[in-house]
Amino acid sequence: MTDYKKDFPLLAESDIAYLDNAATEQRPACVLDAEREFYERWNANPLRGLYELGVEATEQYEHARERVARFVHAKSEREIIFTRNTTEGINLVAYSYALPRLKPGDEILVTIMEHHSNLLPWQMAARRTGATLKYLECEPDGSFTEEKICDAVTPHTKLAALTLVSNVLGRATPAEKLIGMVHENGGVVLADAAQAAPHMPIDVTALDVDFLAFSGHKLMAPMGIGVLYGKQELLEEMPPFLTGGEMIDRVMREGAVFAELPHKFEAGTVNAGGAVALAAAIDYLESIGWKEITEREEMLTAQLLAGMKKVPGVHILGSGDEKEHCGIVSFTVDDVHPHDIASILDEAHVAVRAGHHCAQPLLEWLGISSCARASVAFYNTPEDVGRFLDQLAQVRRMMGYE
Amino acid sequence: MNNRTFYNEVLTDHNRYPGHKEKLADANLVLEGVNPSCGDDIVLQLRVKDGRIAEGTFTGDGCAISQASVDIMLDLVIGKTKEEAMHLADLFFRMIKGTVSDEELEELEEASALVDISHMPARVKCAVLGWHTLTEMLGDEPEEK
Repeated sequence: MTDYKKDFPLLAESDIAYLDNAATEQRPACVLDAEREFYERWNANPLRGLYELGVEATEQYEHARERVARFVHAKSEREIIFTRNTTEGINLVAYSYALPRLKPGDEILVTIMEHHSNLLPWQMAARRTGATLKYLECEPDGSFTEEKICDAVTPHTKLAALTLVSNVLGRATPAEKLIGMVHENGGVVLADAAQAAPHMPIDVTALDVDFLAFSGHKLMAPMGIGVLYGKQELLEEMPPFLTGGEMIDRVMREGAVFAELPHKFEAGTVNAGGAVALAAAIDYLESIGWKEITEREEMLTAQLLAGMKKVPGVHILGSGDEKEHCGIVSFTVDDVHPHDIASILDEAHVAVRAGHHCAQPLLEWLGISSCARASVAFYNTPEDVGRFLDQLAQVRRMMGYE
Repeated sequence: MNNRTFYNEVLTDHNRYPGHKEKLADANLVLEGVNPSCGDDIVLQLRVKDGRIAEGTFTGDGCAISQASVDIMLDLVIGKTKEEAMHLADLFFRMIKGTVSDEELEELEEASALVDISHMPARVKCAVLGWHTLTEMLGDEPEEK
């Protein structure tokens, strides 16, 4: 088995079993080097330099955009907007697409398993426009029935926002089906790809999705760089989200002519170093390949599921099939609060997430107030999972039970 | 690897077998304390008579640290005057900050079992939930009924 940890300075120098990858992944040296190289060799303010270095900085930034466009299979790099993160991308669509268009009687459709970042912007849009926010509910294992999908989509569905993969259950949603139905009814769909992008190929053209947002930091890029994809004809018609520098063509005393796509949506000095590092992360990811990534993550997930099922008092959320988890396994332990589970695992240098995972409506729907979550990436090892399982088996005893 | 566990027997016992987890029918001071980020949620119920905490209980749920800490706190403050209870709270807060002397630590009796929480910043708010709720209740100088 290839040792990928050696590519990651933090993992190479630490004994941590890092199983909080769904929150943020670690960065390989090549990504850190790419950001450093940008500032060491090409640092100038992109998009406005009238000198050679400024032109080179711009080229680096725009090459990164082309790399992202290829990664998600966009038709044009003009459809790629750099943002800070998924949340900013979703807010951009809520403010610039939804607010000017929606009106009372219209419906915004979300699933019950959305992360708060793909829910609160739509609550805001519904409140401000008078549109109705509707929920598509899942089954206890995270699947969606055809019947509920058909009931949820109506001719009033002007916009649907759904995650491609649940950050709690790790299960993929029936995005293709929903996108097709919403389109038949004349609406548009935004996909939250924050959890999907690190684990599966994204093809916005094949998916025919209208908007798609993801964060760089969940796929090994630095924090503070994210991507919003939007269909060109939709982005063209939308007003800017933020206004100011870099996003204008001409400014008069009484108004301005905005820049063309994609710069219309990138006000202010951009995170060029982050964009360049994101391109490096994508290069690294694709050099490993989806086949290897999927195989390793499914092997580790299978080890997790099999081991956890043997520990008395442990309950796994979602599917029993490792192929339906995208490396994410959320769980509860009888009588033990998830924060205590996380603290006890931390005593063995095992890092997991605990809490409501910014998905309170889903947890309420599942009938729990909080849970713990272990999430693997391809660079994790069977030893990481083994240490997690050994300590998990001690949790109830250490809390005075059994 | 660190094999020492923060979850010592004092803490796990108070969590599993709390001595004061019940409703207090004739309470004259009741206040809810909540940690919204982690969901710890307690309702502290006191009967204060002649400036002294005659009885005290709590209800609610949360992590072991929050539940054990409030149970240990009630062991300490029942029978004490308001001033004595506020003094103990001050010691507890200072213990968390690491500015308490060995003698003062002894005054805290079983509550000193939480001394290592200062190394777990994410869990401090769990440990102080009961104590903060108590000082808020007593600090407001409410009228006794």
